[in-house]
Amino acid sequence: MRKSWWKVLTVIILVYVVVGGLLLDVPRLHILNETIRALYFHVPMWFGMIILLFASVIFSLRYLRTGIKDFDTRAAEFANVGVLFGIFGILTGMLWAQFAWGQWWSGDPQQNGAAIGLLIYLAYFVLRGSLEDDGQKARISAVYNIFAFAALVPLLFILPRMTDSLHPGSGGNPGFNAYDLDSRLRMIFYPAVIGWTLLGVWITSIRIRIRRLSLNQDV
Amino acid sequence: MKKLFGVLLILLFAYISNSQNKLEVTDQDYINSDVEMADQFRADGKIYVLTGIILIILFGIVTYLVIIDRKVARIEKERGKTFD
Repeated sequence: MRKSWWKVLTVIILVYVVVGGLLLDVPRLHILNETIRALYFHVPMWFGMIILLFASVIFSLRYLRTGIKDFDTRAAEFANVGVLFGIFGILTGMLWAQFAWGQWWSGDPQQNGAAIGLLIYLAYFVLRGSLEDDGQKARISAVYNIFAFAALVPLLFILPRMTDSLHPGSGGNPGFNAYDLDSRLRMIFYPAVIGWTLLGVWITSIRIRIRRLSLNQDV
Repeated sequence: MKKLFGVLLILLFAYISNSQNKLEVTDQDYINSDVEMADQFRADGKIYVLTGIILIILFGIVTYLVIIDRKVARIEKERGKTFD
């Protein structure tokens, strides 16, 4: 538990997010009603996922440049927790969509993009699991990881905005589309993104340490 | 690592600030009475029950995480490895 100040910070932020997210005022908007509070829980999953997966790519690049095995370990574990966040994002999004859009899955471009992106990342773990040789596994999966992230970014951030999407930030449903966040929502939303992401980093750090122990690997 | 963190922040804020073509949320949206919210639920004080339940789960998960963290630290110590 050395250097654990940021873990304490994580807990403080998350408590603030839960209490503030449930108790503070939110705008009274049609269709959304109280579910607007999902903004503090559903959306940070995606932000957290993209940050964790970005960290994973950085470590994959560093592995390819240096050949240090520990970077491969870190890349794999960051991807692992990133995908966990993505799965939470999909599940919470489906529940929210059932009540806001009327369907669990409406083939919304962003929903489809997220699903395809997660499948690409699941293939990353299949790939890792299927290679016997450690060096080969690390190298090939690092290259694949870069490809996966490069595919994920357009799937989540570019393609959905080029067509009509139910999600904010694109054309389409005017009753629901794209309310700008005001300062009161941001007061919780930004800490929520930071808090949930830090929780992901914490879980990742433990996974990395366990992996190092099981590999009997030095840093 | 600092550089990496800087890039992350820039990415994050570039995405967040990308809010063109959006409707403003106004103060009026906070006080209108024609949109139904869980007002009775709140007036009854039951929202505090819900908050309490979620906090218990959050604290439980965090405590569990801390215990795992310490356990890993103990094994690292036994093996003479002190990375964190």
